[in-house]
Amino acid sequence: MATEEAAAATTAEKLIDVVNLVKYFPRKQGLFGGPRTYVKAVDGVSFFIRRGETLGLVGESGCGKTTAGRTLLRLAEPTSGQVFFEGRDILTLSEPEMRKLRAEMQIIFQDPYASLSPRMSIGDIVGEPLLVHGVTDRVVREKRVIELLELVGLSAYHMHRYPHEFSGGQRQRIGIARALALQPKIVVCDEAVSALDVSIQSQILNLLKDLQQHFGLTYLFIAHNLSVVKHMSDRVAVMYLGKIVEMTRKQDLYSSPKHPYTQALLSAIPVPDPKLERERIVLEGDVPSPVHLPSGCRFRTRCGSAQPICAEAEPAWREVEPDHFVACHLAR
Amino acid sequence: MAEPLLQVRNLETTFFTPDGVVPAVDHVSLSVNKGETLGLVGESGCGKSVTALSVMRLIADPPGKIMGGDILFEGQNLLAKTEAEMRTIRGNRISMIFQEPMTSLNPVFTVGFQITEAIRLHQKLDRRDALAKAVEMLRLVGIPLPEKRVYEYPHELSGGMRQRVMIAMALSCNPKLLIADEPTTALDVTIQAQVLELMKRLRNELGMAILLITHDLGVVAEMADRVSVMYAGKNVEEGLVEPIFERPLHPYTRGLLDSIPQLHRDQVRLHAIDGGVPNPSQFPKGCRFHPRCQFAQDRCRAEQPVLTEVEPGHKVSCWYPLVAADRGVA
Repeated sequence: MATEEAAAATTAEKLIDVVNLVKYFPRKQGLFGGPRTYVKAVDGVSFFIRRGETLGLVGESGCGKTTAGRTLLRLAEPTSGQVFFEGRDILTLSEPEMRKLRAEMQIIFQDPYASLSPRMSIGDIVGEPLLVHGVTDRVVREKRVIELLELVGLSAYHMHRYPHEFSGGQRQRIGIARALALQPKIVVCDEAVSALDVSIQSQILNLLKDLQQHFGLTYLFIAHNLSVVKHMSDRVAVMYLGKIVEMTRKQDLYSSPKHPYTQALLSAIPVPDPKLERERIVLEGDVPSPVHLPSGCRFRTRCGSAQPICAEAEPAWREVEPDHFVACHLAR
Repeated sequence: MAEPLLQVRNLETTFFTPDGVVPAVDHVSLSVNKGETLGLVGESGCGKSVTALSVMRLIADPPGKIMGGDILFEGQNLLAKTEAEMRTIRGNRISMIFQEPMTSLNPVFTVGFQITEAIRLHQKLDRRDALAKAVEMLRLVGIPLPEKRVYEYPHELSGGMRQRVMIAMALSCNPKLLIADEPTTALDVTIQAQVLELMKRLRNELGMAILLITHDLGVVAEMADRVSVMYAGKNVEEGLVEPIFERPLHPYTRGLLDSIPQLHRDQVRLHAIDGGVPNPSQFPKGCRFHPRCQFAQDRCRAEQPVLTEVEPGHKVSCWYPLVAADRGVA
C-alpha cells in the first residue's frame, strides 16, 4: 500500500476502529478488605483494521493480547473505550443487537482440544452458529456444513464423528469451519496455530491465507510467535503490559523497529540459520506485575536506554513516520 | 577424532498399553562427543523425549520397557547398571532439565533444599556447605539476591527464574552430560533468549556436553554443533548443523525447514508437509515417512531404509536422498 494512501486511512476503509480500549479485572480482596486493586490487562489501546487486511497483535504471555481480542468481540465487557465496527460503536449495542452482529465477527481459539464440545458431533458443532442465526431447516444446514468442511480440507463423512477422533490440526480446521459458517467479515485468530507442530502449523497458516483471499476476510491475528505474525500480517502491533508500544506495516516493523522492546523481541528469536551472526539484545529481568505498573513508561524497568523522563511521564502514542506509530520518548 | 561421551546404539523402547504395543523408539542411534551439543529434533510424538528418558533409565516399567540396544556412557553400558548404580550417575554425571519448570520442582520444598539434595547426596557435603554451594550455583545462573532466593518456594519465582533454578540444580554436581528436554519451550521469547545465553555461557565455562531436545529449529541452529532429526520413532538424518540446514538430504528434514515462517526471508506461501504424524501403534510399512513424502516410490512403500553415511559425518535414512535438483524446487 502506498504511503500517502496509508496515512489517510478514511473511516470507510476501517472495518474496525478501537479507541482507548480498557479492561481491568478486579482482584479478590483480602480478609480485611483494603484498597481494591486491579489487573490492568488492557490499559488504553487504540488501533484500527482496514477491510481485507490482517493486523498482527504480538506480545509475550500476560501482555493483554488475548483480552484485547476478546473485548473487541465483547466476549469480555470492556471497562471503558469504544469499538467501532463499520462505523457503529458496538459497545452501546443491546444484547440482542450484539448477538445479531456476532455473525459478522468470529473467533478461532488457541486450544483445539478445549474449544470443541466433546459431546457434539462435528456436524452439530459447525452447524450450531447457523442454527442460532436462524437456519432452522436441517437439510439446508447440513448442506452448508458439508460445504464448510470441504472448504477447510475435511470431508462430508467427518460430519458424524466426534472431536476426540481428530488430530490437533484437524480440530483446528473444524474450529475454522465453525468460525466461517456465518460468513463473517472479521475473524479474530487467537493463537490459532501455537498448539500445533510445525508441519501442521504451515498447513493451517496456508489455509487461513487461502480463505482470506477467497472471502476477502479481515483478520486480527494474535500470536506470540513473531515469525508467524510476520508471515500472516500486513501490519503488526506490538503489545507490552496492556499497551501497544509500536504499530506499523510489517516490512517497517521488521526492518526498522523503533521501540526498544520491539528491537529486543526481534533479536531474541532464534533464527533457523546457523550461519547468521547477529548482535542479540538480552532484556534483563521479568515482565513487571500488571497490578503494580511502573511509573511513566512501563517498559523502562527492562529498557537499556531508559532516561529520567521515562520514569516521569508516560510516553505519548505518536506517528513518527507515515503509518508508523510508537509510544516511546526516545524514538525518532 | 572427537571422543564419544555418550553412544546410543539401536535403542528400542516400547510401551505396552491397553491400546496396543507402541514402539516409541525403534532402533535409534546417536552419539554425543565430549563438550559437544547435539540437537535432537522432531515433532511431538517422534520419540525424542523417550530417547532421553531411556538414557536416564527413567522409563516407567510398566508400561514401558527398553527392549534392546546399548547405551554407552564413558564406555560403560548404562543398561547393565543396577538401579543403585544408576542413582550415583543420575544428577551427578548425567543430569536433566525438563520442559515445564513448575511441574518438575517440588512445590512444598524451598529452592535451596531442592538444590542441596543432590549436592549432599553426591558430594557428601554437610548442610551448611551444601547451602553455600546452592547459593553459588544460583549466582552462577544469574539469579539476583541468591542468599534470599534459596529460602523461597517455587511459586514465588517467575517461569524464567524457575528454569534457572532447574539449571542450577542440574549443574550443581558438575555433570559431564546435560540432557535438556525442551528447556525453553514454556518460556516467552525474551526469557528464552536469557536462558539460551545462559546455557551457552555455562557450556563454555564448564565444558559439559549437552543433548538438547527441541522442536524449534531456530534453537538448534543457535545452540547445536550437530543435529539428529527424528521422525516416528526413527532417526532420519544426522550431521553437522550447517550442512543439514543448507543441504538437507531427507525429504522430512527439508519439509520441516521449509514449513517454518522465517523472520529474515519473505515467503508468500509456506511449504506444507501433507497429512499428519502417523499413529505409533500403526506405523506404515516401509519408510515411515512415505505416505507424506512427495518423492516416495515403490521401494519406499515396501522396505524400511537404514541410516547410512552418505557424506563424511552426514547420515540419512532414505532410499532416495535429495539431490540438488530436488532441493531447487522450493
